[in-house]
Amino acid sequence: MKCGAIKMLKAKNRLGLVFFPAFDWAISPTHPEREERLLYTQDQIFEEGINDIEGIKFYNPNIASNKDIERVHFCVPSVEDRATTSHMISAGGAIKAAEAVMEGEADKAFALVRPPGHHAQRVVYGDRGFCIINIEAIMLENLRARYGHRRVAIIDTDCHHGDGTQDIYWNDSDTLFISFHQDGRTLYPGTGFIDEFGGPGAIGYNINVPLPPGTGQEGFLYVLDNLVLPILDEYKPELIVNSAGQDNHYTDPLTNMNFTAWGYAELNHRLNPDIAVLEGGYSIEGALPYVNLGIILAMAGLDYSHVREPDYDPAKLKQPQKITEYIKELCETIYKRWRNKESIAQEIIKGKEEIIRKRNVYYDTDGIMEYQTQRFKVCNKCSGVNIIDSTSDRGMPIFAVTIPQDACSSCIDEGYKMYKEADVQNYFRIYLQDRKNDIFFKRHL
Amino acid sequence: MIIGLDMGGTHVDAVLIDHGKIIKTSKIPTEPNNLLESVWKTLKPLITGVKPDEIERVILSTTICTNAIVEEKTAHVGMIIESGPGLPCDFLACGQENIFTEGYIDHRGREVSPINSAEINRASNAFKNKNISACAVVGKFSVRNPDHEIKIYDMLKNDFSPVTLGHTVSGKLNFPRRVFTSYFNSAVYSTFSRFSNSIVYALKREKINAKLYVLKADGGTMGLESAEKFPVNTILSGPAASIMGGQAFFNTSKDGVFLDIGGTTTDIAFLADGVPLFEPLGIKIGEYPTLVRALYSVSMGLGGDSEVRVENGVLHIGPYRKGSPMALGGPCPTPTDAMIAQGLLDIGSKEKAVDAMKDIAGPLDLNIQEAASLVLQTMANMIKEKVDKLLFEINSHPVYTVKELLYGKKINPEFVQVIGGPAKILAPILEKSFKIPCFYPKFYEAANAVGAALAKTTAEITVFVDTAQGTLLVPEIGLYKKIERNYTLEDAKLLAVELLSKQLSILGAEAGEIQPEIVEENVFNIVRGFYTSGKNMRIRVQTKPGLLYEMWGDKDA
Repeated sequence: MKCGAIKMLKAKNRLGLVFFPAFDWAISPTHPEREERLLYTQDQIFEEGINDIEGIKFYNPNIASNKDIERVHFCVPSVEDRATTSHMISAGGAIKAAEAVMEGEADKAFALVRPPGHHAQRVVYGDRGFCIINIEAIMLENLRARYGHRRVAIIDTDCHHGDGTQDIYWNDSDTLFISFHQDGRTLYPGTGFIDEFGGPGAIGYNINVPLPPGTGQEGFLYVLDNLVLPILDEYKPELIVNSAGQDNHYTDPLTNMNFTAWGYAELNHRLNPDIAVLEGGYSIEGALPYVNLGIILAMAGLDYSHVREPDYDPAKLKQPQKITEYIKELCETIYKRWRNKESIAQEIIKGKEEIIRKRNVYYDTDGIMEYQTQRFKVCNKCSGVNIIDSTSDRGMPIFAVTIPQDACSSCIDEGYKMYKEADVQNYFRIYLQDRKNDIFFKRHL
Repeated sequence: MIIGLDMGGTHVDAVLIDHGKIIKTSKIPTEPNNLLESVWKTLKPLITGVKPDEIERVILSTTICTNAIVEEKTAHVGMIIESGPGLPCDFLACGQENIFTEGYIDHRGREVSPINSAEINRASNAFKNKNISACAVVGKFSVRNPDHEIKIYDMLKNDFSPVTLGHTVSGKLNFPRRVFTSYFNSAVYSTFSRFSNSIVYALKREKINAKLYVLKADGGTMGLESAEKFPVNTILSGPAASIMGGQAFFNTSKDGVFLDIGGTTTDIAFLADGVPLFEPLGIKIGEYPTLVRALYSVSMGLGGDSEVRVENGVLHIGPYRKGSPMALGGPCPTPTDAMIAQGLLDIGSKEKAVDAMKDIAGPLDLNIQEAASLVLQTMANMIKEKVDKLLFEINSHPVYTVKELLYGKKINPEFVQVIGGPAKILAPILEKSFKIPCFYPKFYEAANAVGAALAKTTAEITVFVDTAQGTLLVPEIGLYKKIERNYTLEDAKLLAVELLSKQLSILGAEAGEIQPEIVEENVFNIVRGFYTSGKNMRIRVQTKPGLLYEMWGDKDA
């Protein structure tokens, strides 16, 4: 054939793509999380002919089960009452992406699903930051239950602090969580400072990088090269997950950063995650089609140098020198803390039997306020049994016990004892999450 | 009366049909070097004794363009490609001269940067210097705004012919496929024109004044004039002819499997609720994916003449054909030999067929009859296995809504229809493998020509509306107009149906054939800030492949 001289595109890394735009689901008709969100991304992916590239395969999502959710969350009162089918599909989409990698069908996978999940914490009274269930955590715990425990790093590149994922892995040193985001003093959810460093069983394994508004390509790649990659080199994860929010983009309507589509692609190329999961990102026309295209190409090992936005103007997006210097100092501080995590840990837990974490959690999407106390046992044999005692301004007090995956026998016994002894008269629901045996109990009047 | 003719790689089949009855059939071997002559030799015996004015329609399914591509006898094409940012674009350089131009349209059809006329003039000169007269102009997102393609066309139209514009070949989004489809259309344009002129001339000579149609890969027809403009649509219509032939003999509303078993290959297709399944985007021509609408058909290297051998105590069939069956003097055992050895088929030398089975029986420690039946059962099982694999792929095709994911259609075949040479012999054996009814039509050998004869005219158009920008676009017919902000989905659907009907008439459909069907309707609120600024609508309307009428009296055996 005459045009046989040309060479069709072939992905260097086999890439599994779960693309599920949920064109029939919205939080409300004009909400950022609406039907239209991935429409233009779909147009761009289709027009570029991504589905014809050898080595890129599209998958439909799985549907997550209640058990998948209960490994991670205490839904009040139950999973069915909190998560919709769309949420179960979004989490199932992330699970499908992980499955493609674990089964060896793909080298890497990207779940382009909605709604997102990284603001969903262990307790779920409602919707926070458009999230009800934490799709990465549900994916990761499903993967660990089916394919064995793994040391994992989650890198959250959404512009908002991944406070849900932080809460879920707060006390788990086998899951390193690094979130870089716009400084919580200037953006929802208002957390994600460097002193949020992990629970007594995992001090130092929760790393926040609060970046000043106006951070651009230079700053993001600086953080990656000078902080994230060196830490990953030392941590040596078996799996890297990118919680791939796309709202650091300069066109995002909800944030104030100056990141670009090419920058996101370059970041993914350098970070080299095994799995990426879409989180936030609401510049649905100006950013998402290009950022998603860039991430797909970078993960597939294809050339992304031609990916750029219609209104891309490098001069306008140049990062001010002041910000560059600020970020440099910030990275140094955080890296020092990471290196000193053992001594910081000793100082925090010295002489203590338990560490108490008291917080108010606001569910902005649903307008609910939660008043929560977490108690982590300081245990020298395991990461320690822990409990949550919580209630909300709508009532519904709960008592929840978590026995961690690495629990020692005394922490297991103590966990069951606390679950049994909790007085059902005082609580709307009482839960026990036994991660060691992968079982979940709950009781109520 | 209607004449249907299917030109295949090995044979030309033709059939004369009158009021649903087959009057005559004819079959001659294809002469690859003189395809027109092959057509003529097949038609001649059919029309002998028939009054020329009794023939109302002649429908051709032709490999003329496919052959030209395979034999590298297509025209040189100058490509003007507006690739914009995104994927690397060097893999799109399919023409003999390829100019990548400035200019950029975004996903909503907005111009981001304009074309550069100086560049187009340079391209035009480059083509002229290489004596290239066929061109194609293709832009990324040109189906969302064809303005750049049209402007470039205006600059080229006086000096070049044909000039295929990307947005006219399909309304679907897929830029690389649009490029390849447009390339092929220009590349085979003159080949098809010559063929078409010769056919018209030859029919005139015989005083046949029938309407002339050409079969497309989607199982529908188009008038000869439309085929001349879009000859790319005539490529790979062979499987469609067979599938439509199968339909003619078995009208159903169930899911089913359709098999066309030949000497070298078996083609597999599926029916969903009785309607042949489409390729999601279009066929592949060689290695190149295109937007040529086509019925889904997958070919596997397994047929009556496939090589049969035993390796390490395991029986293997195919994927290659080494020659004729041994019974007909060929080099190695084949399933056809197994049929002859079992007394199911009476051609060639039975003695040689038995010898062929001895080669198989020996290493497997079986007797001749056992070996022969193992060969045929293995063949049936291999087909079943492939069908199951394809069904799994089809049933897991990507969906984009919660509703489709939960309740989407899954194909669950309830029957197998088989045509082709060994159909009659293999049907009962396939039935054992598939465990669902398996049958063949009485005229299974001429089914392809019948399919061509009875196929209806088909077309598909896409209507794209953006009320925020006040634009409506139907790329396939080049309609681009302004609309009011209050334009509704109902307005768009009505227009889509009306335009498709018009388009079908232009393609040669008669009033009775026109049954538009809306296959996709999506409407999205465009929200900017916290207010709805408009609606984004996508409507696709088509005619299903179907038959002018069913055959009667010639139903399944």
